[in-house]
Amino acid sequence: MARIGVFVCHCGLNIAGVVDVKKVAEELIKEKDVVYATTYTYMCSDPGQNLIREKIKEHKLDGVVIAACSPSMHEETFRNATRDLINPYKVEIANIREQCSWVHESKDATEKAIKITKALVEKVRGNDELEPIKIDVEKKALVIGGGIAGIQASLDIADAGYEVILVEKEPSIGGRMAQLSETFPTLDCSQCILTPKMVLAARHPNIKLLTYSEVTGIDGYVGNFKVTIKKKPRYIDVDKCTACGDCEDACIVVVPNEFDFGRKPRKAIYIPFPQAVPAAYVIDEQSCLGVAPLRCGECAKVCEANAIDYDMQPEYIEEKVGAIVVATGYDLYDKNNLVEYGYGEDPDIITSLEFERMLSAGGPTQGKIIKPSNGKEAKKIVFIQCAGSRDKNHKPYCSSICCMYTAKHALLFKHHVEDGEAYVFYIDIRATGKNYEEFIARVMEEERINYIRGKPAKIYRQGDKIIVEGVDTLLGKSVKIEADLVVLALAVVPSQDAKKLARLLKVATDEHGFFKEAHPKLRPVEAVTRGIFFTGCCQSPKDIPSSVAQASAAASKVIAMFSHDKLEKEPIVAVFGDACTGCRTCFYICPFNAIQLDSKGKAYNIEALCEGCGVCVAACPVGNIRLPNFDDEQIKKMVEVILE
Amino acid sequence: MSFEPKIVAFLCNWCAYAGADLAGVSRLKYPANIIPIKVLCSGRIDPEFILHAFRNGADGVFVGGCHPGDCHYIKGNYYARRRILLTKKLLKEMGINERRLRLEWVSATEGRKFATVVSQFVEEIRQLGPLEARK
Repeated sequence: MARIGVFVCHCGLNIAGVVDVKKVAEELIKEKDVVYATTYTYMCSDPGQNLIREKIKEHKLDGVVIAACSPSMHEETFRNATRDLINPYKVEIANIREQCSWVHESKDATEKAIKITKALVEKVRGNDELEPIKIDVEKKALVIGGGIAGIQASLDIADAGYEVILVEKEPSIGGRMAQLSETFPTLDCSQCILTPKMVLAARHPNIKLLTYSEVTGIDGYVGNFKVTIKKKPRYIDVDKCTACGDCEDACIVVVPNEFDFGRKPRKAIYIPFPQAVPAAYVIDEQSCLGVAPLRCGECAKVCEANAIDYDMQPEYIEEKVGAIVVATGYDLYDKNNLVEYGYGEDPDIITSLEFERMLSAGGPTQGKIIKPSNGKEAKKIVFIQCAGSRDKNHKPYCSSICCMYTAKHALLFKHHVEDGEAYVFYIDIRATGKNYEEFIARVMEEERINYIRGKPAKIYRQGDKIIVEGVDTLLGKSVKIEADLVVLALAVVPSQDAKKLARLLKVATDEHGFFKEAHPKLRPVEAVTRGIFFTGCCQSPKDIPSSVAQASAAASKVIAMFSHDKLEKEPIVAVFGDACTGCRTCFYICPFNAIQLDSKGKAYNIEALCEGCGVCVAACPVGNIRLPNFDDEQIKKMVEVILE
Repeated sequence: MSFEPKIVAFLCNWCAYAGADLAGVSRLKYPANIIPIKVLCSGRIDPEFILHAFRNGADGVFVGGCHPGDCHYIKGNYYARRRILLTKKLLKEMGINERRLRLEWVSATEGRKFATVVSQFVEEIRQLGPLEARK
């Protein structure tokens, strides 16, 4: 005989304003095994929790149903509050707020609340008392992406004393931040604040840096991920290379470089940028003649360090890690999609990142602002914000950083070209960060940048100029600007490899391809899948301070996880009986490869791998598998009371 | 008095149940005929549960799962889809209109979709009237 107590919460008027809570309690006390039922204004408050505790003791309850808000709100609260008195799995929540009082009218809601609560009484009656499963945790983290977010997360985890494997697909870490000129609103030189961190990460005894590498396989579960990393052949021994540059001088192949978006040449053997970490050359196998069968070999001839190895092969590294931090960053929306702005056809319409490179002293023009079409100084620039953002034909979301960097662009342009004129087309100015609004004000007032509220309607070439036509919606006047250069603040989109990685990780992305966090407000750096964390622009467009903050947040989650020797895992896992006929149905359909066959061909599962989805339970033709607390009989009983 | 159908809804914990919660948070009204039962995954739903519901007085059964590709358990919803299809055939053989069983993908962010599809389903069952076998 079970002894179940029912506690109906008023939630102020949230529930009691619609549902007749007294009636719910009165109906429930009539139920079999329900020995106590009451109502209280706020069950989640301290007195509410104490009331439940007192009644458990007084009535020797072995099951509790709390009819209140969604279990996602307070299931944990109530289970923790009564943990010393009753097994947590004997405490269940009947959701009579989100799925009842908030969506129905009074009379219907009361009846429905009674049914929901009765169903949960059935569930509690059938629940097993379970104890969490303990699993080992490998105290080593994998960080994917070596931009500022990945670097920060790696440093924080490593500083806490845990090993980190930092994987970056490019030959150097640094990411997008390495490409920026100055950063808003302080106008710090981006490289100057980033490179010390890059060097710290590379030299940290706890960080294993794998550049020019990609994650190709991920298996396992929280605390016990098995990852495969492909190390692409760099054809240079990083430890031997002194970055002297002799090889580069000897190389006869010239191709456009990636770092400056092809606006500067590089050799087939190259270093992505002077401050690259590791400070080592790399051979681009696509354009190098040396790795082809007919060897050119010029670079190897001059390399005094003997660092060049044309026979280097891809290397596959297997690592076991306990947690994974994803920091894959962003790309810009493809400018070719913006036909209305004529990109792809005109060299004088460039992207914001190309402009960053142009501003940079180490960039293709050494900081000179030019018209790419003729190399002459650009005197008049039109900056276009929301190029692809906040546009239902392209990306509906706000890319968050463009208002600020466009203001910075306009300001730096004026510093580079004193008699220059800058125009900014904008929809709204969003400057919500610390000192951001002040920065915008400074740009508008002190630098006399012309802000035009509106989106350009038409952009076309006329002789030497790019004509931008639009309407200033504040003045209600049409404007026509003859510009030397047009800079598009393109929408921030997830890095192109994010989708592939999401598949490997088996985590969700939102409709735009950004990684989806477990809760938008309360769990913003965690994936729904335990042990996986997100940071930086792979989760949503964000600026450097937010990326760094989020990276430290993700790192602290990892560190908290690693501070335990064992992790606790939800004990709701499939339980196998001894009636298995060896048909293997479950074996083939288990999404987690948790089911194994013993020497007699009978199925059993590895608890640590089982996630408790119950797919096998529904599939077993002989009913040999059960899922505790979601048992067949339990669910059928719940169906029955609902339909009474 | 018009016919008020009884409907059982099996909702997966990660998407449909969370979607129903969001409908609540957003205060989107829908008929109270539908009573939810939470399961961890739509792949847990045994066709027997559905038949059991019809046998015990349900006029309709609603199943809510994650969108294809979004299943928290990777592919439980695909198994659910096959099983629901099979169960619909079975219902037809038994003389029960297959429209009385509805599978919908509702994500955790689709509170509005939950309220809309549930309202439509309740209305559809209202039109169909009580279960054929009980008429």
